[in-house]
Amino acid sequence: MLFVQAIQWILDGSHWSVVNFQAGIAQELADHLWISFVAVVFTAAVALPIGLFIGHTGKGRAGAVVIANVARAVPTLGLLSVLLVMWLAFPPTVLVFVLLGVPPLLAGAYAGLESIDRQTIDAARAVGMTERQILFQVELPLAAPLILGGLRSSTLQIIASVALVSNFGINSLGDFILGGLAANDFVQMTAGAILVTVLALLVDGVLAVLQRLAAPRGVSRGRGPSTARVRRLPVAPRGAPIPEGK
Amino acid sequence: MHRITRRGALGAAAVAAALSVGLAGCSSSSSLAGNGSSSASASGSAASGAAKTIVVGSANFGENEILGYIYGGALADKGYTVSYKPAIGARAAYLPALQSGEINLVPEYAGSLLSYLDKTANAKSGDAVKAGIDAKVGTLNAKALDFAPAADSDSLNVTAAFAKSKGLTSIADLSKAGAITLAANPEFATRPDGIKGLQSVYGLKNITFKAINDGGGPTTLKALLANQVQVADIYSTTPSIQQNKLVTLTDPKNLFASQQVVPIVSTSKATSDLDTIVNGVSAKLTTADLLDLNTKASGSSKPDYQALATAWLKSKGL
Amino acid sequence: MAWVLDHLDLVWSLTLTHVGLCVPPIVLGFVISVPLGYWASRSSAARSVLLTAGNIAYTIPGIALVVLVPVVLGLPILNPLNVVVALLLYAVAIMVRSAADAFASVAAEVRQSATAQGFAATQLFWRVELPLAGPVLLAGVRVVSVSTISLATVAALVGIPSLGSFFTDGFQRNFAVETLTGLVAVLVVAAVFDLILGGLGRLLMPWNRRRRLSSSAAKALSQPIPTTGRF
Repeated sequence: MLFVQAIQWILDGSHWSVVNFQAGIAQELADHLWISFVAVVFTAAVALPIGLFIGHTGKGRAGAVVIANVARAVPTLGLLSVLLVMWLAFPPTVLVFVLLGVPPLLAGAYAGLESIDRQTIDAARAVGMTERQILFQVELPLAAPLILGGLRSSTLQIIASVALVSNFGINSLGDFILGGLAANDFVQMTAGAILVTVLALLVDGVLAVLQRLAAPRGVSRGRGPSTARVRRLPVAPRGAPIPEGK
Repeated sequence: MHRITRRGALGAAAVAAALSVGLAGCSSSSSLAGNGSSSASASGSAASGAAKTIVVGSANFGENEILGYIYGGALADKGYTVSYKPAIGARAAYLPALQSGEINLVPEYAGSLLSYLDKTANAKSGDAVKAGIDAKVGTLNAKALDFAPAADSDSLNVTAAFAKSKGLTSIADLSKAGAITLAANPEFATRPDGIKGLQSVYGLKNITFKAINDGGGPTTLKALLANQVQVADIYSTTPSIQQNKLVTLTDPKNLFASQQVVPIVSTSKATSDLDTIVNGVSAKLTTADLLDLNTKASGSSKPDYQALATAWLKSKGL
Repeated sequence: MAWVLDHLDLVWSLTLTHVGLCVPPIVLGFVISVPLGYWASRSSAARSVLLTAGNIAYTIPGIALVVLVPVVLGLPILNPLNVVVALLLYAVAIMVRSAADAFASVAAEVRQSATAQGFAATQLFWRVELPLAGPVLLAGVRVVSVSTISLATVAALVGIPSLGSFFTDGFQRNFAVETLTGLVAVLVVAAVFDLILGGLGRLLMPWNRRRRLSSSAAKALSQPIPTTGRF
């Protein structure tokens, strides 16, 4: 069966050093992770400050939602094509994945801050905390699980999408998928898909553990982001991530 | 075992056909992407009554797309109903599509086609290649028509500076170039006349491969000029070789076989009428024409491939 | 610019082809996800199984899915249905989560009072739960719509025409204008679809006028959502 053959292909030690005269799994994995890592770091550098600003002040939220949704609609393949036609290699590549990673983290950051009970913040203000103290000592710790949830989404998407760069001659796990496609080798291709998927899920798992640890004691830990409880109020939530008229 | 099962359950095929007809309804024929999917051909039954309906496929690089439009255009002029599925992908993608009847005609290159059909083939001369292809092409439910005089082979190129510093003139000289990286389309890694051939025919063990999926196009060229790779597989009729004064390494051991253009047609569609039309086109197609077409295609005005094909047909009185 | 004006017919026909690839997954994804999401909102076991499956599904690189679907289904490789099925899988992966959140957002008290008024189970679903879940469902469909339209471009990598054909062709020809044309076309299609969905929402849910984004919607926004040109 295809899936079993693909697992065997991955477990074949020789494929870790060389695959069809090209970089093997080890090298492609390292390159894939490196691009992803740099992209995640830049994503955090862009999205966190903006998200925290919006969440803390409540200003600029509508604009952020619009920008995040437009970013969401930009096809990565297209953007890579455009940028790589103009320049070659690393910097534009990373830029594309930053664009991909920003919306979820941005949303996680401001949604995290907004999810905090206003009375908690009023209390902090009443005991004389400065705005900076409120942000870093009250809001940030309380919002940490949701912020990390956003980071998880960003990372997952970046890792899954970095495979695209192989179409443009840059190393990534996508080489196995494209090479398999070109050679009609479905085993290699499935192996490539499994590698990307497993890598993404593994990294996601690590971040999920961090997310759990990040929940301050005394605060309900919830059960991860997937079990987001919804307000029990008889109010029909408006619920559009994309505002009307966009 | 993991080949595509082309004739799946009848039901699935029927659903597929119904849906693709629905999709085709949304798309009118066009030059770049052709007809999204053309009627019943997608369901795999090529032997329908309408033998004068032809779906022309092509590989995912410009020259081959132009060739597809040239053959298709000639047939359309003679009353055939022609639709196009251009830029399908690599040989391993479009030949199975030919086999299943999703496409009926595709312009091929003799040597590479033979090594795809017969991994052990070592025929190098035109006649031997033709005989080899004829013996095997039936497995694709297709036949090969006449070879055109035009040839476009793989060619290994290095920059003039690199050739000078390492003293390179032929592929065999690469053995003294140290550890080098070679760029080509992904299938070059698995083709018998790709890296494997470089190893077995020329004994080259010092080559790392880098797949760049643009058919020796702009990105491959950029990588070569930036010395990210030292050798690039660029098709011999590509104008960038001359424009950038690249050195094409000679191939004394004929790793790359005779690569004359040869149209392959589904047997169910190949009537003597069609063969005559297609052979008439092939007879007038020269290597100089290919270079000229490629030069025009890469020019700054980026003309449409189909327009180039039409202009060529007109210039040849076809 | 001249190139674009010369090729408006091509842009239009590829846009239609692209839309043809995207509409079935968006519509079918919604139809399939509503019952699944409802089930997930009623059973925490179903919820965790469905959402985990969805999470894994959208981690699969798109191009691998597009190539493996014909192997699994036994369809010809150039059949656009392959792309439709792959997109449908992603659509369901996102939409089930939204649907589950949507039905969970209907307060238990509301359901109980409807039951007390004598609503039968089917009536309860069609006349109470579905309308109240509507806004969050709509939000989910809008996200599915945007990501499907963007994602469908990878079809071009396997020889199936879409607006992504502009990317592959433009890249091969080193022609930025063409890739940009494709990019803009994708954004325009996504925006038009979003406007249509927003309009439909107002038409079908006239009671749901501007209201502040609820916390459930805020959470939905921060959920992992597969975006854009997934490979």
